[in-house]
Amino acid sequence: MTTKLMGQRVQRVEDQRFLRGQGRYVDDVAVENGTLHAAVLRSPHAHARIIDIDVSALLDMDGVHAVFTYDDLADFTPEMAEPLPLLIPHPALTHGRTQYALAKDEVNYVGEAIAFVVADDRYVAEDAVGQIVVDYEVLTPVVGIPTARAARNLVHDDIPGNVAAHFEQNVGDAQAAIAGAPHRLSLDLSIERSACMPMEGRGVVARWDRDLNRLQLWASTQTATGVRAAVAVKMGLDLGQVDVITPDVGGGFGVKINHPWPEDLLVPMAAKLLGRMVKFTEDRREHFISSAHERGQDQHIEVGFDDEGRILGLDVEFWHDHGAYTPYGLIVPIITSTQLLGPYKPQNYRVVFESLYTNTVIVTPYRGAGRPQGVFAMERTMDAIAQYLGKDRTQVRAVNFIRPDEFPFDHGLIFQDGRPLIYDSGDYPQSLEKIKALIGWDDFPALQAEMAAQGRRFGIGLACYVEGTGVGPYEGGHVHIETTGKVKVATGLTTQGQGHATVFAQLVADELGVKFEDVEVVTGDTRRMPYAVGTYASRAAVMSGSAIHLAAKRAKEKALKIAADALEADPDDLQIVDGVVSVKGSPGTSIDLGTVAVLSNPLRYAFDEKSKLATQFSVGHPDRPPVPRGEEPGLEGKDFYSPDRATFASGMHAAIVETSEDTAEITIHKYAVVHDCGHLINPMIVEGQIHGGVAQGIGGALYERMAYDDAGQLLNASFMDFLIPYVSEIPDGIAVDHLETPSPLNPLGIKGAGEAGVIPGSAVLAAAIEDAEKLPVTAMPISPSDLFTLRLEHTQ
Amino acid sequence: MSEELHPVRLTVNGVTHRVEVPARRLLSDALRHDVGLTGTHVGCEHGVCGACTVLVDGDPVRSCLMLAVSAADHEITTVEGLAAPDGTLSPVQQAFAECHGLQCGFCTPGFLTTITAGLRENPCPSHEQAREMIAGNLCRCTGYQNIVKAVERAAQIGASDKAAS
Amino acid sequence: MKPAPFGYRRPSTVAEAVRELAADSGAKVLAGGQSLIPLLSMRLAAPSLLVDINEIPGLDAIEVDERGVRIGALARHAAVLADPDVRRVQPLVSLALANVAHATIRNRGTTVGSLVHADAAAEMPVVLLLTGGSVEVQGPSGRRTIAAPDLYVGPLESSLAHDEIAVAAFFPALAPGAGVAFSEIARRHGDYALVGAAALVTGRGQDETVRVGYLSAGDLPTVVDLTGVDETELGDAALAHLDPGDDIHATAAYRAQLVRVLTRRVVRAARAHAEGAER
Repeated sequence: MTTKLMGQRVQRVEDQRFLRGQGRYVDDVAVENGTLHAAVLRSPHAHARIIDIDVSALLDMDGVHAVFTYDDLADFTPEMAEPLPLLIPHPALTHGRTQYALAKDEVNYVGEAIAFVVADDRYVAEDAVGQIVVDYEVLTPVVGIPTARAARNLVHDDIPGNVAAHFEQNVGDAQAAIAGAPHRLSLDLSIERSACMPMEGRGVVARWDRDLNRLQLWASTQTATGVRAAVAVKMGLDLGQVDVITPDVGGGFGVKINHPWPEDLLVPMAAKLLGRMVKFTEDRREHFISSAHERGQDQHIEVGFDDEGRILGLDVEFWHDHGAYTPYGLIVPIITSTQLLGPYKPQNYRVVFESLYTNTVIVTPYRGAGRPQGVFAMERTMDAIAQYLGKDRTQVRAVNFIRPDEFPFDHGLIFQDGRPLIYDSGDYPQSLEKIKALIGWDDFPALQAEMAAQGRRFGIGLACYVEGTGVGPYEGGHVHIETTGKVKVATGLTTQGQGHATVFAQLVADELGVKFEDVEVVTGDTRRMPYAVGTYASRAAVMSGSAIHLAAKRAKEKALKIAADALEADPDDLQIVDGVVSVKGSPGTSIDLGTVAVLSNPLRYAFDEKSKLATQFSVGHPDRPPVPRGEEPGLEGKDFYSPDRATFASGMHAAIVETSEDTAEITIHKYAVVHDCGHLINPMIVEGQIHGGVAQGIGGALYERMAYDDAGQLLNASFMDFLIPYVSEIPDGIAVDHLETPSPLNPLGIKGAGEAGVIPGSAVLAAAIEDAEKLPVTAMPISPSDLFTLRLEHTQ
Repeated sequence: MSEELHPVRLTVNGVTHRVEVPARRLLSDALRHDVGLTGTHVGCEHGVCGACTVLVDGDPVRSCLMLAVSAADHEITTVEGLAAPDGTLSPVQQAFAECHGLQCGFCTPGFLTTITAGLRENPCPSHEQAREMIAGNLCRCTGYQNIVKAVERAAQIGASDKAAS
Repeated sequence: MKPAPFGYRRPSTVAEAVRELAADSGAKVLAGGQSLIPLLSMRLAAPSLLVDINEIPGLDAIEVDERGVRIGALARHAAVLADPDVRRVQPLVSLALANVAHATIRNRGTTVGSLVHADAAAEMPVVLLLTGGSVEVQGPSGRRTIAAPDLYVGPLESSLAHDEIAVAAFFPALAPGAGVAFSEIARRHGDYALVGAAALVTGRGQDETVRVGYLSAGDLPTVVDLTGVDETELGDAALAHLDPGDDIHATAAYRAQLVRVLTRRVVRAARAHAEGAER
């Protein structure tokens, strides 16, 4: 009997090639001689008018094949000279703006693309970039939220106040509720910028096939179909002329969902014009200054509550720094504004935000996507209420929880997918009990006192979150059983290390009754699955997992029908075990799936021994069509999954930290996670996702920030100064416990898990540091130097 | 004027490659683009991330901080050279698979080479030493928890292999 | 992030290397390259010629006798760190080296290269200064010895002439009964320190001398004589001679606090070392 693989710690199939150095990442594609390499001239100024660009020095440079500036784009197609698309329009985004593939007249951040050079190799291409002379009229840059709000200077002349969008949502009457509440507090908070920083940057390789009149593109992306559509539109091609293949991707974390980047368009344009393969591989400095960042927000919160700490009214105002352009619309601040609510149900809620232009790199979702900011706001508020009332922080949270019997719970707001914010399921009180046990919440006061007696400062913090995962619109799955019995599975979304090839194979093996080893999964190849959306919002397992599960069901139904004919049995009496269809209780009566696949495709010609079974003189009834009406040849199943709305995962983190009285260094002694993503497909992989998320959360809370100066120069655009934690900065051992509250929305009862680990990092560590230091922590990240400054301010 | 090319003999995983490269070609680029061994990955090109770590005469070295011309006549081992000739994974590779020590796989070659050399020097590391062994490599996916486990597991496999042989 | 073009020579003697340097005012020496190559890749440095001394025989020697430790230009940090004789004769060298970047960088980076790179944020220049060491350099007119105080003339600037190559560094042995200690605080393990301090204590009671060297506490590596200073005043006494700065990682006030804390720590540890090392 085949063991069910759902829920098992199955080792990853993709590891074999990665461990041998045989992964194929975008920069590994077409390494052979003859591929041309691109480099980009980027603006050294945060805000400037371009007076003149002189590329004449490049004209006779050895090894340089082409140089493009904005003026060349319209010659290729009119669309290339238009601004890049605004991907997610929203009615409140009244002043959206996107950049051009190459800057037209003006640059708005250090790093904006101005000219594109194609040369024999990247070394020569960089030499050539250095020879381009640009005459700039430098303008005053707008850097940071306070400067953007003050609007003494404008990022875009015609956008008043630097405001792209002003958006408000209301449930009940928050202001009246706060005014009438027994207690009131207000908080001002802020979170700095950070970024995804996958170990592999962006990259794209293009080949224009003159014989087929079509484009083949390899992209390091979270959305192959997104790249395909964008490139087709801009290059004036039919969708069917563009193939996008996602090779192995060295991490995404959000930054690779936003397409097209200028290079996505310029590389294929150059490939077509030059008739050569062209490659662009972003370097690390470019990744800092010309991809995307996230997080930066300032927040103001007013809250009214009763004696128990129950929130009666919550009024949140925040200012979101989206950088120089808005290609990804308002997704990040909308998520902040809605997911801020977490597991709680304030009766009355008003949230209003402004999305602001600054002369800095654009902001698009980074793992967690606006939630770390929202959770920071809400959880700091909970802690403030508890402190004000002198109550235990877990008690104040508990009285505000949505109860298990209140699901589905409708918040009365509109979520990031344009659908109502309705939580499908959850059990927050049980999560709270688990996290308290895991971190040792009730024992902590004794530990804290004991440490205090030794002159050591210990603090504990807790933070809760709810995460809308698995948002639509849809994903598809295609399952093809080959005549060898091997099963080929395709889904269109892409993979960046999450182990999709493993978990999807687990689902197919379970549903079809085949061996796990016989299932092979392909992701992110538009040739195999042209209809797809992408990997973001912790949606791959929910969306593609469900679609593949449904597709496997279809393939199975068909297999059983054909096998039933062949075995002269009722389909209901059949089972498939290890790739063999047999009559239940009569294992001798069987046919293997490969043979069923042969029979599914009536043939005129026998190409091998096996296919003789399906030729016209060996199979079928002479008076019936070889392919039954309404059926298709081949043993395949295809299906799509499109949910009514998102499914809501949740979790709670807690940490015990020590702050050094001498050096203000912050040490995490214990970090605990309780995580509920519904049914687990592969706990090993889910835990890996949590570990990685926690490390990014710690990075965002204690180490990582984008240090812009007033001139808009990013001062730490390297791994020397942007401090991604090494192992030495991550606690030794992250305690993880699971709760499995299944989602009623999908056939597997699963919820997304990819982003969860990162979400409460800043909130939980701020709380723990505050507890250790007994002074309010309102801005993250916090370094030892920041903490030292905070102490000085507090004692003055 | 075209750039002067230097003939360089690179010995990689026991195989000698004769390449002609400009002086400025980084070893990482020479391995990837001139020799065609793309298992060595480039994550930062300024020596911080460790993804490009290879073994030079047995010692882990950042291949982005070494010129190809300087590597002439030294023995280089890349990730492609870690498995046995028959394809059997090395103890470190096997431990990474068992412990889920990798996700996107991009930083993995640098960890594998570093740990391979680390365990050669110290076959039975303490838990702290296991952490120290990987303290110069960045991983953005795993949070390191399972990589530390993999170091310890690899030491175990190495010890039992030795006992068996 | 690729270096601009440069010429390349790989001489087999120091004299030949010196000739190459003398012949090209844009030439630079390539030893370990762990600081130089990132600068090349970021195009923050663009020498016309690199003189690669890595294949010059004999330069990797580490010679230890009772007078001290002589470290050849090509001795890698890792080799120096692993040398038990170095640790015995001048333990401060080993103590500090353990804080230099990460093990992989130490496999390639050279101790002498780090000394003449003259980075005020680096560990080894402070050790050279504090122990009263020197660097031996060879130029067109032969060899000369530069004492540590004369070596560091400005931020990232040593007193080596353009056509001189540092062939070795000498760290005098720790005197009998003396004690040393090293401590630094960095944002991440292996990063350049926010502040670091090394202490050297000799003698006892009335005869005690206390000197502490600092990195990242000013533009130059700095040694301060704290002999006779009361334990509670050590840090502030040191700060009178230091100029810790502000940057994106730390404020000057925080660095000053680290100076106070580290001074106390290293002086205490060096005294303890002296006690334990009493022979």
